Amino acid sequence: MLAYIIRRVFQSLLVLLVVGLVAFSMFSFVGDPVDNMLGQERTQADIERLRSDLGLDKPFVVQYWRFLEQAVQGNFGLSYRQGRPVSEILVERLPATLELAFVSGILALVGGIGLGIFTAIRKRGMAANTIMTLSLIGVSLPTFLIGVLLIYLFSVELGWLPSFGRGDVTRIGNWWTTGFLTDSGLKALILPAITLGLYQMTLIMRLVRTEMLEVLRTDYIRFARARGLRDRSVHFKHALKNTLVPVITITGLQLGSIIAFAIITETVFQWPGVGLLFINAIQFVDIPVMAAYLMMISVMFVGINLIVDLLYFAIDPRLRVDRSAGKTT
Amino acid sequence: MKGTEMEKDPVLSVRDLVVEIPTRHGILRPVDRVSYDIHAGEILGVVGESGAGKSMTGNAVIGLLDPPARITHGEILLSGQPIHNIKREALRKLRGKKMGMIFQDPLTSLNPLLTIGDQLTETILEHLDVGQAEAKERAIAALEEVGIPAARDRIGSYPHEFSGGMRQRVVIALALCAEPELIIADEPTTALDVSVQAQIVALLKRLCRERGVAVMLVTHDMGVIAEAADRVAVMYAGRLAELGPVREVITKARHPYTAGLMASTPMASQGAKRLRQIPGAMPRLGALPHGCAFHPRCDRATAECRADPPPRIDYCDGRAACWHPLPQKDTTKGEPA
Amino acid sequence: MTDTAPLPPTPERAPSRLARAWQSDFLYSFRRAPVAVFSFCVVLTLVLCAVFAPLIAPHDPFDPGTLNLMNGFTPPGEANAFTGESFILGTDDQGRDVFSTILYGMRISLFVGFSAVLLAMVIGVVLGLLAGYSGGWTETIIMRVADVQLTFPAILVAMLIFGIAKGITPPEYRDQMAIWVLILAIGLSDWVQFARVVRGATLVEKNKEYVQAARLVGRKPLSIMLRHILPNVLNPVLVIATISLALAIIAEATLSFLGVGAPPTKPSLGTLIRIGQEFMFSGEWWILVFPAATLLALALSINLLGDWLRDALNPRLR
Repeated sequence: MLAYIIRRVFQSLLVLLVVGLVAFSMFSFVGDPVDNMLGQERTQADIERLRSDLGLDKPFVVQYWRFLEQAVQGNFGLSYRQGRPVSEILVERLPATLELAFVSGILALVGGIGLGIFTAIRKRGMAANTIMTLSLIGVSLPTFLIGVLLIYLFSVELGWLPSFGRGDVTRIGNWWTTGFLTDSGLKALILPAITLGLYQMTLIMRLVRTEMLEVLRTDYIRFARARGLRDRSVHFKHALKNTLVPVITITGLQLGSIIAFAIITETVFQWPGVGLLFINAIQFVDIPVMAAYLMMISVMFVGINLIVDLLYFAIDPRLRVDRSAGKTT
Repeated sequence: MKGTEMEKDPVLSVRDLVVEIPTRHGILRPVDRVSYDIHAGEILGVVGESGAGKSMTGNAVIGLLDPPARITHGEILLSGQPIHNIKREALRKLRGKKMGMIFQDPLTSLNPLLTIGDQLTETILEHLDVGQAEAKERAIAALEEVGIPAARDRIGSYPHEFSGGMRQRVVIALALCAEPELIIADEPTTALDVSVQAQIVALLKRLCRERGVAVMLVTHDMGVIAEAADRVAVMYAGRLAELGPVREVITKARHPYTAGLMASTPMASQGAKRLRQIPGAMPRLGALPHGCAFHPRCDRATAECRADPPPRIDYCDGRAACWHPLPQKDTTKGEPA
Repeated sequence: MTDTAPLPPTPERAPSRLARAWQSDFLYSFRRAPVAVFSFCVVLTLVLCAVFAPLIAPHDPFDPGTLNLMNGFTPPGEANAFTGESFILGTDDQGRDVFSTILYGMRISLFVGFSAVLLAMVIGVVLGLLAGYSGGWTETIIMRVADVQLTFPAILVAMLIFGIAKGITPPEYRDQMAIWVLILAIGLSDWVQFARVVRGATLVEKNKEYVQAARLVGRKPLSIMLRHILPNVLNPVLVIATISLALAIIAEATLSFLGVGAPPTKPSLGTLIRIGQEFMFSGEWWILVFPAATLLALALSINLLGDWLRDALNPRLR
């Protein structure tokens, strides 16, 4: 098992290196950083000096290594658009995204698992069918469309909730800003959280339902019923545990897409998080920010995948058996 | 002879049972007017090809028919009490406590994420009025009884840590731990190695004689039937073809299908002879022939056989559902009795 | 005594191919599911509208010559205060007829969607065949690249590709190239699933006798791959392609909405919604609502159809 962990960690590092290469290549091939950083009035001497300062005259591999060195320390240079250090901007915007992702994640998990179990157990009822149909809508509609429609309904027509921004935020500690502590902050959180969480929730719900229906058809569930165990035991003790194992893996892997969809949600609601930052960076071809964002979420994705894999080990006892030990009679 | 003791009521009485499945192509009858009894301590073998309806009968008895299959006619009596039309909750209480079932594949019959101790104690706690500690003791005793060595240590193991034969023993322990009166065993040896099969069959026999449990042993393997069963019911296309004491049915089959089955099964007593095959194949439920289901393959068929299905077997003393049953002679030796 | 003559079989006429197709299980379940039939009709209608847009649309919204700024902000159905013209679904801020922009917008959405899936399919099938057939380093490299790409959500990959491509193109050409870059981006983000499936199927086919036979006879690997293996691995590919199409259309709408897709000069439905969002609060609701409703109908029916298709083609659920 240790060998497996080491192998996975190694694989993860490889992925990060490749992503780093892609991020770095963006610098080299897209636009001219010197061009972007110097103002209108510049001389050839300025250009040459900046080039050598930035190490742009060194071979590719050396530059790449320097890039990685700095990336690990969190230094990505200055944003082309804002002129400030990228790391500073990222850190400033991170709490907004994290809070949004957190709330919508909870919403998605609780709602998804709960509804999934319900529609699996009561699969022929009216309520289940209605929920399934609505869920189909949730899965089919693009996130931004849901967001726009929600805004139209709740902000424009009804005027209950704000349509953009984060509301008032309070500063905690050194760098964290939270919207939980103010009324307007909480109100501003509602629509974006629903938008971001809806897709995830319907996905989780359908996944839980499918898995549970599959599990309920297995022989060991039949055997449990044949032994006269109560429905409650059968559903929650036997079926649920087996259902959740694949659900956890897939949900964990979905965390990555929450981050991607956060980009969309933040754009719809002009939510000042790192997602909106990334989109603006693309529109303005602000390479340092793009590269930094890329590296940051790669670390997140790779980390999450690794954790999910290890979690799998903890839950499924079958995987814990060392293959070389052989079977007992 | 065993089986004709009528002093006690049979543990299981199936009377004229019909199970139907509505499909796009019409209504199928995987079980068509089947009747038999099983008494305490007796093993009834139910034999037939795949699709003959033997598993369906078992499922119907224990109440685990997959919808849209349902019982549309007939009765099932457990110790004299009807169970075919009672409420779900009442049926659930009977399962495990009064009747148990074991399935074919021991690997998929056990929940891989729970220890076998856990699965045993929960069954015991559900049906018997005992405390946690005593439940655990009983669980260990159950494992010992089915022949699991070092039961006390193994109680915390997971199913995948056992071999196939051991797993099936665990399954049997699970089915018996709440002390039911009837066990339905659906192909209990089919998924096991041949060497292990004999052990499991012997185990089943021993446990049932010792506890006086009635057993419905469903299988397509005639060897298992010959070894373990007291009486045997032969099913064909959802209908009961023949029913009788196992030695008699094997050596003196009355129904042409049974005779064909016996002739095509290799038996040590026959020596090295060419096996005879029954021409054709069992019809699909959706395309049953008119009249007797077997007549297209039967060399004794007459116009009567083509017109009407033969009368169903009387559960008390009927033998073969056939218009022209074979005369009373030993079909294996080819000479009159 | 024994009449052993078998019963005569009932004579049957073999049904025609069309009749057989109509009676097949597949179409049977289709006919039975009103949802599937309804979505199919909706999709068909929208697709036809898009294809015949130049014939149906009352105006060409992208011809600057026909545009009159004074027509701007006309509500649906009403006559414009200045010019007296009326438009069924109103006009946007530039005076463009909303109905026409929707039709042309759908055209772009569908065009990008189809092309992107086609691109993804071609790349994926080629790489999958190569990986499966060659094995060794070729396979390892291709599959590793696929794995790395799969760690990231497709939409993110598409955004990135679009961003990089945008950075490389000189600013004058950006609008023109946007559609093609968009197709490239979505296509490149989607090839992996095709490659995986094809590789898997190729591995299976590779070991079958007919391939061994072809090799013994001395056929070149390329010819074996194309003529023998390819037809046999196409089946699952087509299923994935259908579902990919729905996702591609939605991806295009999303990217355009975010501003990293179809530009306002050649807008798709997503771009239109983005433009419409600006005017939500000022009362010109129709600039947003109609494109949004169209996208809603399109996305929903494609997904419903795809969902039904997946269930119908899944042997396990029958």
